[in-house]
Amino acid sequence: MEKIIEVKNVTFEYDDSEQVKTVIKDFNLDIERGSFTVILGHNGSGKSTLAKLLNGLYKPASGKVLVDGIDTADESTEIEVKRRVGMVFQNPDNQLIASIVEEDVAFGPENLGLEPDVIRQRVDDALKAVGMYEFRRSTPHHLSGGQKQRIAIAGIIAMEPECIVLDEPTAMLDPKGRAEIIDTILKLNREKNITVVLITHFMEEAELADRILVMSNGKILADSTPKTVFSDVSLLKSVGLDVPQTTELLYALKSGGADIETDVLSIEETADAIAKAFHLEEI
Amino acid sequence: MIKDITFGQYYQTDSPIHRLDPRIKLVLLVLMIVFLFLAGNAWSLIFCGVMLFAAMLVSRVPFKMYLKNMKPILIIVIFTSIINLFYTDTGVTLVDWWIIHITAGGVYRALFMAFRIAQLILLSSVLTYTTTPNDLTDGIERLLSPLRFIGLRGAVHTLAMMMTIALRFIPTLVDETDKIMNAQKARGADLESGKLFERIRALIPILIPLLISSIRRAYELAEAMECRCYNGGVGRKRMKQMKLKLRDYIAAFLCLAVSAGVLLINLLPNIPYVD
Repeated sequence: MEKIIEVKNVTFEYDDSEQVKTVIKDFNLDIERGSFTVILGHNGSGKSTLAKLLNGLYKPASGKVLVDGIDTADESTEIEVKRRVGMVFQNPDNQLIASIVEEDVAFGPENLGLEPDVIRQRVDDALKAVGMYEFRRSTPHHLSGGQKQRIAIAGIIAMEPECIVLDEPTAMLDPKGRAEIIDTILKLNREKNITVVLITHFMEEAELADRILVMSNGKILADSTPKTVFSDVSLLKSVGLDVPQTTELLYALKSGGADIETDVLSIEETADAIAKAFHLEEI
Repeated sequence: MIKDITFGQYYQTDSPIHRLDPRIKLVLLVLMIVFLFLAGNAWSLIFCGVMLFAAMLVSRVPFKMYLKNMKPILIIVIFTSIINLFYTDTGVTLVDWWIIHITAGGVYRALFMAFRIAQLILLSSVLTYTTTPNDLTDGIERLLSPLRFIGLRGAVHTLAMMMTIALRFIPTLVDETDKIMNAQKARGADLESGKLFERIRALIPILIPLLISSIRRAYELAEAMECRCYNGGVGRKRMKQMKLKLRDYIAAFLCLAVSAGVLLINLLPNIPYVD
Protein backbone atom coordinates (compact mmCIF):
# COMPACT_ATOMS: atom_id res chain seq x y z
CA MET A 1 0.00 0.00 0.00
CA GLU A 2 1.06 3.53 -0.74
CA LYS A 3 2.17 5.70 2.15
CA ILE A 4 0.53 9.10 2.66
CA ILE A 5 2.56 10.17 5.70
CA GLU A 6 6.08 9.09 6.60
CA VAL A 7 7.67 10.08 9.90
CA LYS A 8 11.40 9.41 9.83
CA ASN A 9 13.60 9.53 12.95
CA VAL A 10 11.75 12.52 14.29
CA THR A 11 12.69 14.21 17.54
CA PHE A 12 10.65 17.10 18.90
CA GLU A 13 11.44 19.30 21.85
CA TYR A 14 9.54 22.00 23.72
CA ASP A 15 11.69 24.95 24.59
CA ASP A 16 10.42 25.54 28.08
CA SER A 17 11.88 28.62 29.79
CA GLU A 18 13.94 26.53 32.23
CA GLN A 19 14.76 23.43 30.27
CA VAL A 20 14.39 21.79 26.90
CA LYS A 21 11.86 18.99 27.18
CA THR A 22 12.02 16.21 24.64
CA VAL A 23 8.49 15.06 23.89
CA ILE A 24 9.18 12.73 20.99
CA LYS A 25 12.45 10.96 20.34
CA ASP A 26 13.67 9.01 17.29
CA PHE A 27 10.13 8.39 16.17
CA ASN A 28 9.29 6.38 13.04
CA LEU A 29 5.82 5.88 11.61
CA ASP A 30 4.18 5.28 8.23
CA ILE A 31 0.50 5.93 7.60
CA GLU A 32 -0.97 4.09 4.63
CA ARG A 33 -3.37 5.76 2.23
CA GLY A 34 -7.00 5.00 3.03
CA SER A 35 -6.24 3.46 6.42
CA PHE A 36 -7.90 4.17 9.76
CA THR A 37 -5.36 4.48 12.53
CA VAL A 38 -6.09 5.14 16.19
CA ILE A 39 -3.48 6.55 18.53
CA LEU A 40 -3.96 5.72 22.20
CA GLY A 41 -1.95 7.09 25.04
CA HIS A 42 -2.07 8.66 28.44
CA ASN A 43 -2.01 12.44 28.93
CA GLY A 44 1.50 13.65 28.20
CA SER A 45 2.38 10.60 26.12
CA GLY A 46 3.17 12.90 23.17
CA LYS A 47 0.16 11.95 21.05
CA SER A 48 -1.10 15.49 20.48
CA THR A 49 2.42 16.61 19.63
CA LEU A 50 2.67 13.78 17.12
CA ALA A 51 -0.64 14.89 15.57
CA LYS A 52 0.64 18.45 15.12
CA LEU A 53 3.83 17.13 13.56
CA LEU A 54 1.82 15.27 10.92
CA ASN A 55 0.58 18.42 9.16
CA GLY A 56 3.51 20.71 9.77
CA LEU A 57 1.90 22.71 12.59
CA TYR A 58 5.01 21.71 14.53
CA LYS A 59 8.32 21.21 12.74
CA PRO A 60 10.61 18.39 13.88
CA ALA A 61 13.84 19.37 15.66
CA SER A 62 15.55 16.58 13.77
CA GLY A 63 14.37 13.96 11.29
CA LYS A 64 11.74 14.40 8.62
CA VAL A 65 7.99 14.24 8.17
CA LEU A 66 6.91 13.64 4.57
CA VAL A 67 3.32 14.14 3.44
CA ASP A 68 2.76 12.71 -0.03
CA GLY A 69 6.51 13.04 -0.42
CA ILE A 70 6.54 16.74 0.59
CA ASP A 71 8.74 17.75 3.51
CA THR A 72 6.61 19.53 6.16
CA ALA A 73 9.60 21.64 7.24
CA ASP A 74 9.71 23.36 3.84
CA GLU A 75 8.08 26.80 4.26
CA SER A 76 7.34 27.19 0.54
CA THR A 77 5.06 24.14 0.40
CA GLU A 78 3.35 24.71 3.73
CA ILE A 79 -0.09 25.23 2.16
CA GLU A 80 0.29 22.04 0.09
CA VAL A 81 0.91 20.03 3.28
CA LYS A 82 -1.96 21.61 5.23
CA ARG A 83 -4.34 21.06 2.31
CA ARG A 84 -3.45 17.37 2.19
CA VAL A 85 -3.58 16.73 5.93
CA GLY A 86 -6.51 18.43 7.65
CA MET A 87 -6.82 18.64 11.38
CA VAL A 88 -9.76 18.67 13.78
CA PHE A 89 -9.28 19.64 17.43
CA GLN A 90 -10.99 18.92 20.70
CA ASN A 91 -13.02 22.08 21.26
CA PRO A 92 -15.38 22.82 18.34
CA ASP A 93 -15.98 26.37 19.63
CA ASN A 94 -12.36 27.31 19.08
CA GLN A 95 -12.22 26.08 15.50
CA LEU A 96 -15.14 27.87 13.89
CA ILE A 97 -14.38 31.26 12.38
CA ALA A 98 -17.58 32.58 10.85
CA SER A 99 -21.02 33.15 12.39
CA ILE A 100 -22.82 31.32 9.61
CA VAL A 101 -22.27 27.61 9.04
CA GLU A 102 -21.73 27.67 5.28
CA GLU A 103 -19.39 30.65 5.49
CA ASP A 104 -17.32 28.83 8.07
CA VAL A 105 -17.06 25.72 5.90
CA ALA A 106 -16.06 27.98 2.99
CA PHE A 107 -13.13 29.44 4.96
CA GLY A 108 -10.61 26.75 3.94
CA PRO A 109 -11.47 26.65 0.21
CA GLU A 110 -11.55 30.48 0.16
CA ASN A 111 -8.00 30.54 1.51
CA LEU A 112 -6.97 28.15 -1.27
CA GLY A 113 -8.09 30.78 -3.77
CA LEU A 114 -10.59 28.56 -5.60
CA GLU A 115 -13.26 29.99 -7.89
CA PRO A 116 -16.53 31.00 -6.15
CA ASP A 117 -18.68 28.34 -7.84
CA VAL A 118 -16.13 25.62 -7.03
CA ILE A 119 -16.12 26.75 -3.39
CA ARG A 120 -19.94 26.67 -3.35
CA GLN A 121 -19.93 23.10 -4.73
CA ARG A 122 -17.35 21.91 -2.19
CA VAL A 123 -19.16 23.54 0.72
CA ASP A 124 -22.44 21.89 -0.26
CA ASP A 125 -20.76 18.50 -0.73
CA ALA A 126 -18.90 18.76 2.57
CA LEU A 127 -22.04 19.73 4.49
CA LYS A 128 -23.95 16.84 2.91
CA ALA A 129 -21.12 14.43 3.76
CA VAL A 130 -21.41 15.27 7.47
CA GLY A 131 -25.24 15.46 7.31
CA MET A 132 -25.44 19.15 8.20
CA TYR A 133 -26.66 20.53 4.87
CA GLU A 134 -30.02 21.68 6.22
CA PHE A 135 -28.21 23.78 8.85
CA ARG A 136 -26.12 25.69 6.28
CA ARG A 137 -27.72 29.05 7.11
CA SER A 138 -27.69 28.55 10.91
CA THR A 139 -25.46 30.13 13.50
CA PRO A 140 -22.95 27.69 15.07
CA HIS A 141 -23.77 29.16 18.48
CA HIS A 142 -27.24 27.60 18.34
CA LEU A 143 -26.03 24.09 17.48
CA SER A 144 -25.10 21.21 19.79
CA GLY A 145 -21.48 20.25 20.44
CA GLY A 146 -21.70 17.24 18.12
CA GLN A 147 -23.19 19.38 15.35
CA LYS A 148 -20.50 22.04 15.78
CA GLN A 149 -17.81 19.37 15.61
CA ARG A 150 -19.40 18.03 12.39
CA ILE A 151 -19.21 21.57 10.97
CA ALA A 152 -15.53 21.65 11.92
CA ILE A 153 -15.01 18.35 10.06
CA ALA A 154 -16.92 19.72 7.06
CA GLY A 155 -14.61 22.74 7.09
CA ILE A 156 -11.68 20.37 6.73
CA ILE A 157 -13.14 18.06 4.09
CA ALA A 158 -14.16 21.06 1.96
CA MET A 159 -10.42 21.43 1.29
CA GLU A 160 -10.54 17.86 -0.09
CA PRO A 161 -7.69 16.51 2.05
CA GLU A 162 -6.12 13.09 1.58
CA CYS A 163 -5.95 12.58 5.30
CA ILE A 164 -7.70 13.90 8.41
CA VAL A 165 -6.03 13.95 11.81
CA LEU A 166 -8.52 14.25 14.67
CA ASP A 167 -7.15 15.14 18.10
CA GLU A 168 -9.67 13.84 20.66
CA PRO A 169 -12.63 15.21 18.68
CA THR A 170 -15.17 13.60 20.98
CA ALA A 171 -13.63 14.45 24.36
CA MET A 172 -15.97 17.37 25.01
CA LEU A 173 -19.14 15.80 23.62
CA ASP A 174 -22.04 13.92 25.14
CA PRO A 175 -22.62 10.28 24.11
CA LYS A 176 -25.00 11.30 21.32
CA GLY A 177 -22.53 13.81 19.88
CA ARG A 178 -19.75 11.24 20.17
CA ALA A 179 -21.74 8.70 18.18
CA GLU A 180 -22.46 11.31 15.47
CA ILE A 181 -18.78 12.10 15.10
CA ILE A 182 -17.67 8.46 14.98
CA ASP A 183 -20.33 7.65 12.36
CA THR A 184 -19.14 10.62 10.30
CA ILE A 185 -15.49 9.59 10.54
CA LEU A 186 -16.27 5.99 9.55
CA LYS A 187 -18.33 7.17 6.61
CA LEU A 188 -15.56 9.46 5.35
CA ASN A 189 -13.01 6.70 5.69
CA ARG A 190 -15.10 4.01 3.98
CA GLU A 191 -17.01 5.96 1.36
CA LYS A 192 -14.63 8.78 0.48
CA ASN A 193 -11.51 6.75 1.16
CA ILE A 194 -10.00 9.52 3.29
CA THR A 195 -7.13 8.40 5.49
CA VAL A 196 -8.03 8.88 9.18
CA VAL A 197 -5.73 9.28 12.16
CA LEU A 198 -7.83 9.43 15.30
CA ILE A 199 -6.46 10.27 18.72
CA THR A 200 -8.80 9.19 21.45
CA HIS A 201 -9.04 7.71 24.90
CA PHE A 202 -12.32 5.95 24.30
CA MET A 203 -11.74 2.24 23.75
CA GLU A 204 -15.01 1.69 21.91
CA GLU A 205 -13.76 4.18 19.30
CA ALA A 206 -10.38 2.49 19.09
CA GLU A 207 -12.02 -0.87 18.35
CA LEU A 208 -13.20 0.43 14.99
CA ALA A 209 -9.72 1.12 13.63
CA ASP A 210 -7.60 -0.96 11.24
CA ARG A 211 -4.56 -0.28 13.36
CA ILE A 212 -3.86 0.93 16.86
CA LEU A 213 -0.74 2.66 18.09
CA VAL A 214 -0.16 2.81 21.82
CA MET A 215 2.11 5.66 22.86
CA SER A 216 3.89 6.34 26.09
CA ASN A 217 6.62 8.88 26.83
CA GLY A 218 6.98 9.78 23.17
CA LYS A 219 7.54 6.23 22.00
CA ILE A 220 5.41 3.55 20.38
CA LEU A 221 4.68 0.73 22.80
CA ALA A 222 2.42 -1.30 20.56
CA ASP A 223 1.44 -1.11 16.90
CA SER A 224 -1.02 -3.67 15.64
CA THR A 225 -4.67 -4.50 14.96
CA PRO A 226 -7.22 -3.76 17.69
CA LYS A 227 -7.63 -7.44 18.55
CA THR A 228 -3.91 -7.96 19.07
CA VAL A 229 -3.41 -4.75 20.99
CA PHE A 230 -6.34 -5.33 23.31
CA SER A 231 -5.29 -8.87 24.00
CA ASP A 232 -2.20 -7.52 25.76
CA VAL A 233 -4.16 -6.34 28.78
CA SER A 234 -1.12 -6.01 31.04
CA LEU A 235 0.63 -3.68 28.58
CA LEU A 236 -2.39 -1.38 28.32
CA LYS A 237 -2.86 -1.32 32.08
CA SER A 238 0.84 -0.55 32.59
CA VAL A 239 0.46 2.72 30.67
CA GLY A 240 -2.73 3.64 32.49
CA LEU A 241 -5.19 2.73 29.74
CA ASP A 242 -8.36 0.74 30.04
CA VAL A 243 -9.32 -2.19 27.88
CA PRO A 244 -12.80 -2.73 26.43
CA GLN A 245 -15.18 -4.40 28.87
CA THR A 246 -15.51 -7.50 26.70
CA THR A 247 -11.73 -8.03 26.73
CA GLU A 248 -11.63 -7.45 30.46
CA LEU A 249 -14.28 -10.14 30.99
CA LEU A 250 -12.51 -12.70 28.77
CA TYR A 251 -9.25 -12.05 30.58
CA ALA A 252 -10.83 -12.49 33.96
CA LEU A 253 -12.24 -15.83 32.75
CA LYS A 254 -8.91 -16.90 31.31
CA SER A 255 -6.91 -16.02 34.39
CA GLY A 256 -9.53 -17.91 36.38
CA GLY A 257 -8.57 -21.03 34.44
CA ALA A 258 -11.04 -21.14 31.56
CA ASP A 259 -9.81 -22.28 28.15
CA ILE A 260 -11.12 -19.36 26.16
CA GLU A 261 -10.35 -17.33 23.03
CA THR A 262 -9.27 -13.81 23.93
CA ASP A 263 -8.67 -12.13 20.58
CA VAL A 264 -12.29 -11.08 20.03
CA LEU A 265 -13.86 -7.69 20.60
CA SER A 266 -17.54 -7.38 19.75
CA ILE A 267 -20.25 -8.34 22.20
CA GLU A 268 -21.57 -11.10 19.89
CA GLU A 269 -18.13 -12.63 19.40
CA THR A 270 -17.51 -12.53 23.11
CA ALA A 271 -20.79 -14.26 23.80
CA ASP A 272 -19.88 -16.95 21.25
CA ALA A 273 -16.43 -17.39 22.77
CA ILE A 274 -17.92 -17.87 26.23
CA ALA A 275 -20.50 -20.30 24.90
CA LYS A 276 -17.77 -22.29 23.18
CA ALA A 277 -15.42 -22.32 26.17
CA PHE A 278 -18.12 -23.54 28.53
CA HIS A 279 -19.73 -25.85 25.94
CA LEU A 280 -23.02 -24.03 26.20
CA GLU A 281 -25.65 -24.77 23.57
CA GLU A 282 -26.46 -21.89 21.25
CA ILE A 283 -29.74 -20.40 22.23
CA MET B 1 -29.57 38.88 32.62
CA ILE B 2 -26.32 38.72 30.74
CA LYS B 3 -27.77 36.20 28.29
CA ASP B 4 -30.05 38.83 26.81
CA ILE B 5 -27.21 40.81 25.25
CA THR B 6 -27.58 40.86 21.51
CA PHE B 7 -24.98 42.31 19.28
CA GLY B 8 -26.05 44.47 16.42
CA GLN B 9 -29.72 45.26 16.07
CA TYR B 10 -30.78 43.28 13.08
CA TYR B 11 -34.56 42.88 12.90
CA GLN B 12 -35.47 39.65 11.13
CA THR B 13 -38.14 40.16 8.49
CA ASP B 14 -38.34 40.33 4.74
CA SER B 15 -38.58 43.71 3.05
CA PRO B 16 -37.22 45.31 -0.12
CA ILE B 17 -34.68 47.17 2.04
CA HIS B 18 -33.56 43.93 3.75
CA ARG B 19 -32.82 42.46 0.33
CA LEU B 20 -30.62 45.33 -0.87
CA ASP B 21 -26.90 44.83 -1.31
CA PRO B 22 -25.16 45.91 1.95
CA ARG B 23 -22.63 47.95 -0.05
CA ILE B 24 -25.33 50.01 -1.73
CA LYS B 25 -27.06 50.48 1.62
CA LEU B 26 -23.86 51.82 3.19
CA VAL B 27 -23.15 54.18 0.30
CA LEU B 28 -26.72 55.44 0.20
CA LEU B 29 -26.72 55.98 3.97
CA VAL B 30 -23.67 58.24 3.64
CA LEU B 31 -25.28 60.05 0.70
CA MET B 32 -28.52 60.62 2.59
CA ILE B 33 -26.69 61.86 5.69
CA VAL B 34 -24.84 64.38 3.55
CA PHE B 35 -28.09 65.64 2.04
CA LEU B 36 -29.77 65.71 5.42
CA PHE B 37 -27.13 68.27 6.38
CA LEU B 38 -27.51 70.09 3.09
CA ALA B 39 -31.24 70.57 3.72
CA GLY B 40 -31.16 74.25 4.50
CA ASN B 41 -34.74 75.32 5.13
CA ALA B 42 -37.78 73.98 6.91
CA TRP B 43 -39.39 72.69 3.73
CA SER B 44 -36.45 70.58 2.60
CA LEU B 45 -35.98 69.14 6.10
CA ILE B 46 -39.67 68.20 6.19
CA PHE B 47 -39.24 66.66 2.73
CA CYS B 48 -36.34 64.55 4.10
CA GLY B 49 -38.53 63.54 7.04
CA VAL B 50 -41.37 62.39 4.77
CA MET B 51 -38.97 60.36 2.61
CA LEU B 52 -37.39 58.80 5.70
CA PHE B 53 -40.84 57.93 7.01
CA ALA B 54 -41.57 56.21 3.71
CA ALA B 55 -38.30 54.23 3.97
CA MET B 56 -39.21 53.19 7.52
CA LEU B 57 -42.58 51.96 6.33
CA VAL B 58 -40.98 49.97 3.50
CA SER B 59 -38.47 48.38 5.92
CA ARG B 60 -41.34 46.63 7.78
CA VAL B 61 -39.56 47.18 11.08
CA PRO B 62 -42.09 48.16 13.78
CA PHE B 63 -41.97 51.85 14.77
CA LYS B 64 -41.63 50.73 18.37
CA MET B 65 -38.15 49.47 17.45
CA TYR B 66 -37.19 52.78 15.89
CA LEU B 67 -38.43 54.70 18.92
CA LYS B 68 -36.33 52.46 21.17
CA ASN B 69 -33.26 53.70 19.33
CA MET B 70 -34.24 57.32 19.94
CA LYS B 71 -34.25 56.99 23.72
CA PRO B 72 -30.50 57.14 24.41
CA ILE B 73 -30.02 60.29 22.34
CA LEU B 74 -32.97 62.16 23.80
CA ILE B 75 -30.67 64.07 26.20
CA ILE B 76 -28.46 65.23 23.36
CA VAL B 77 -31.50 66.40 21.40
CA ILE B 78 -32.91 68.33 24.36
CA PHE B 79 -29.50 69.84 25.19
CA THR B 80 -28.88 71.00 21.63
CA SER B 81 -32.39 72.40 21.40
CA ILE B 82 -32.04 74.41 24.61
CA ILE B 83 -28.69 75.86 23.55
CA ASN B 84 -30.18 76.87 20.22
CA LEU B 85 -33.31 78.23 21.83
CA PHE B 86 -31.41 80.68 24.06
CA TYR B 87 -28.44 81.56 21.92
CA THR B 88 -30.09 82.32 18.62
CA ASP B 89 -30.99 85.96 18.15
CA THR B 90 -32.78 86.28 14.87
CA GLY B 91 -36.34 86.99 13.80
CA VAL B 92 -39.25 88.32 15.86
CA THR B 93 -38.79 88.48 19.65
CA LEU B 94 -41.31 86.29 21.46
CA VAL B 95 -40.26 86.55 25.12
CA ASP B 96 -38.07 89.24 26.63
CA TRP B 97 -38.12 88.94 30.43
CA TRP B 98 -35.16 89.30 32.85
CA ILE B 99 -32.26 87.40 31.25
CA ILE B 100 -34.51 85.21 29.11
CA HIS B 101 -34.70 86.33 25.53
CA ILE B 102 -36.44 84.00 23.11
CA THR B 103 -36.94 84.79 19.45
CA ALA B 104 -38.89 83.06 16.71
CA GLY B 105 -35.52 82.27 15.12
CA GLY B 106 -34.43 80.51 18.36
CA VAL B 107 -37.56 78.33 18.42
CA TYR B 108 -37.06 77.54 14.77
CA ARG B 109 -33.37 76.61 15.23
CA ALA B 110 -34.20 74.44 18.27
CA LEU B 111 -36.88 72.48 16.42
CA PHE B 112 -34.79 72.29 13.25
CA MET B 113 -31.81 70.79 15.10
CA ALA B 114 -33.91 68.33 17.09
CA PHE B 115 -35.64 67.15 13.94
CA ARG B 116 -32.34 66.81 12.09
CA ILE B 117 -30.63 64.77 14.81
CA ALA B 118 -33.70 62.54 15.15
CA GLN B 119 -33.64 61.92 11.40
CA LEU B 120 -29.93 61.15 11.52
CA ILE B 121 -30.48 58.45 14.14
CA LEU B 122 -33.52 56.99 12.38
CA LEU B 123 -31.64 56.92 9.09
CA SER B 124 -28.80 54.87 10.57
CA SER B 125 -31.35 52.63 12.29
CA VAL B 126 -32.89 51.79 8.93
CA LEU B 127 -29.48 50.37 7.93
CA THR B 128 -28.74 48.49 11.16
CA TYR B 129 -32.24 47.01 11.47
CA THR B 130 -32.26 45.69 7.92
CA THR B 131 -28.69 44.38 7.59
CA THR B 132 -27.10 41.53 9.55
CA PRO B 133 -23.78 42.31 11.27
CA ASN B 134 -22.14 39.77 8.96
CA ASP B 135 -23.43 41.48 5.84
CA LEU B 136 -22.34 44.84 7.21
CA THR B 137 -18.82 43.52 7.81
CA ASP B 138 -18.72 42.03 4.33
CA GLY B 139 -20.04 45.25 2.82
CA ILE B 140 -17.47 47.38 4.63
CA GLU B 141 -14.64 45.03 3.61
CA ARG B 142 -15.64 45.21 -0.04
CA LEU B 143 -16.22 48.95 -0.02
CA LEU B 144 -12.80 49.50 1.51
CA SER B 145 -11.08 47.04 -0.81
CA PRO B 146 -9.95 49.78 -3.26
CA LEU B 147 -7.62 50.88 -0.43
CA ARG B 148 -5.42 47.94 -1.38
CA PHE B 149 -4.16 49.97 -4.32
CA ILE B 150 -2.57 52.42 -1.95
CA GLY B 151 -0.83 49.63 -0.05
CA LEU B 152 -3.45 49.04 2.65
CA ARG B 153 -4.53 45.62 1.44
CA GLY B 154 -3.42 43.82 4.59
CA ALA B 155 -5.06 46.42 6.82
CA VAL B 156 -8.49 46.12 5.16
CA HIS B 157 -8.43 42.34 5.25
CA THR B 158 -7.18 42.24 8.85
CA LEU B 159 -9.89 44.64 9.97
CA ALA B 160 -12.60 42.58 8.30
CA MET B 161 -11.20 39.33 9.75
CA MET B 162 -11.14 40.85 13.23
CA MET B 163 -14.75 41.95 12.89
CA THR B 164 -15.81 38.50 11.66
CA ILE B 165 -14.07 36.75 14.56
CA ALA B 166 -15.42 39.25 17.08
CA LEU B 167 -18.98 38.66 15.85
CA ARG B 168 -18.46 34.91 16.01
CA PHE B 169 -17.02 34.93 19.56
CA ILE B 170 -19.30 37.44 21.28
CA PRO B 171 -22.03 34.87 22.09
CA THR B 172 -19.39 32.31 23.12
CA LEU B 173 -17.73 34.75 25.51
CA VAL B 174 -21.08 35.86 26.90
CA ASP B 175 -21.85 32.23 27.72
CA GLU B 176 -18.46 31.84 29.29
CA THR B 177 -18.89 34.98 31.42
CA ASP B 178 -22.15 33.52 32.65
CA LYS B 179 -20.46 30.26 33.60
CA ILE B 180 -17.61 32.00 35.41
CA MET B 181 -20.05 34.24 37.29
CA ASN B 182 -22.00 31.20 38.44
CA ALA B 183 -18.80 29.42 39.42
CA GLN B 184 -17.64 32.40 41.48
CA LYS B 185 -21.06 32.81 43.05
CA ALA B 186 -20.96 29.14 44.03
CA ARG B 187 -17.69 29.93 45.79
CA GLY B 188 -19.36 32.72 47.73
CA ALA B 189 -18.53 35.73 45.56
CA ASP B 190 -20.95 38.60 46.14
CA LEU B 191 -21.53 40.42 42.87
CA GLU B 192 -24.76 42.26 43.49
CA SER B 193 -24.36 44.27 46.68
CA GLY B 194 -22.01 46.80 48.16
CA LYS B 195 -20.86 50.19 47.06
CA LEU B 196 -19.82 50.92 43.52
CA PHE B 197 -16.13 50.47 44.26
CA GLU B 198 -16.74 47.11 45.97
CA ARG B 199 -18.82 45.93 43.06
CA ILE B 200 -16.11 46.85 40.60
CA ARG B 201 -13.59 44.96 42.73
CA ALA B 202 -15.90 41.95 42.74
CA LEU B 203 -15.63 41.82 38.95
CA ILE B 204 -11.90 41.09 39.06
CA PRO B 205 -12.35 37.35 39.80
CA ILE B 206 -14.60 37.22 36.73
CA LEU B 207 -12.50 39.22 34.33
CA ILE B 208 -9.22 37.44 34.98
CA PRO B 209 -10.44 33.90 34.21
CA LEU B 210 -12.28 35.31 31.21
CA LEU B 211 -9.11 36.95 29.92
CA ILE B 212 -7.02 33.83 30.41
CA SER B 213 -9.53 31.60 28.69
CA SER B 214 -9.82 34.08 25.81
CA ILE B 215 -6.07 33.97 25.29
CA ARG B 216 -6.20 30.18 25.26
CA ARG B 217 -9.07 30.26 22.77
CA ALA B 218 -7.18 32.72 20.58
CA TYR B 219 -4.19 30.39 20.52
CA GLU B 220 -6.31 27.39 19.54
CA LEU B 221 -8.21 29.40 16.95
CA ALA B 222 -4.95 30.54 15.38
CA GLU B 223 -3.83 26.92 15.04
CA ALA B 224 -7.17 25.91 13.56
CA MET B 225 -6.98 28.77 11.06
CA GLU B 226 -3.47 27.77 10.11
CA CYS B 227 -4.69 24.21 9.53
CA ARG B 228 -7.27 25.64 7.16
CA CYS B 229 -4.57 27.17 5.00
CA TYR B 230 -5.03 30.72 6.26
CA ASN B 231 -2.01 32.86 5.49
CA GLY B 232 -3.19 36.39 6.12
CA GLY B 233 -5.60 36.59 3.22
CA VAL B 234 -3.07 36.36 0.38
CA GLY B 235 -4.76 34.88 -2.70
CA ARG B 236 -8.03 34.46 -0.82
CA LYS B 237 -11.25 34.41 -2.85
CA ARG B 238 -14.71 34.72 -1.34
CA MET B 239 -17.49 32.21 -1.95
CA LYS B 240 -20.23 34.81 -1.76
CA GLN B 241 -19.88 37.27 -4.58
CA MET B 242 -21.84 40.48 -4.33
CA LYS B 243 -23.58 41.56 -7.50
CA LEU B 244 -25.70 44.66 -7.84
CA LYS B 245 -29.23 43.77 -8.91
CA LEU B 246 -32.00 45.84 -10.46
CA ARG B 247 -33.45 46.68 -7.04
CA ASP B 248 -30.09 48.15 -5.97
CA TYR B 249 -30.10 50.47 -8.97
CA ILE B 250 -33.70 51.44 -8.24
CA ALA B 251 -32.78 52.26 -4.62
CA ALA B 252 -29.82 54.34 -5.81
CA PHE B 253 -32.04 56.17 -8.29
CA LEU B 254 -34.64 56.94 -5.60
CA CYS B 255 -31.98 58.30 -3.25
CA LEU B 256 -30.52 60.48 -6.00
CA ALA B 257 -34.02 61.78 -6.71
CA VAL B 258 -34.44 62.67 -3.02
CA SER B 259 -31.06 64.44 -3.12
CA ALA B 260 -32.11 66.47 -6.15
CA GLY B 261 -35.41 67.23 -4.40
CA VAL B 262 -33.56 68.58 -1.36
CA LEU B 263 -31.45 70.87 -3.56
CA LEU B 264 -34.53 72.16 -5.41
CA ILE B 265 -36.61 72.75 -2.29
CA ASN B 266 -33.64 74.59 -0.76
CA LEU B 267 -34.31 77.28 -3.36
CA LEU B 268 -37.77 78.04 -1.88
CA PRO B 269 -37.99 80.90 0.63
CA ASN B 270 -37.85 79.72 4.27
CA ILE B 271 -40.85 80.13 6.59
CA PRO B 272 -41.31 83.81 7.56
CA TYR B 273 -40.40 85.66 10.79
CA VAL B 274 -37.39 83.44 11.61
CA ASP B 275 -34.47 85.18 9.95
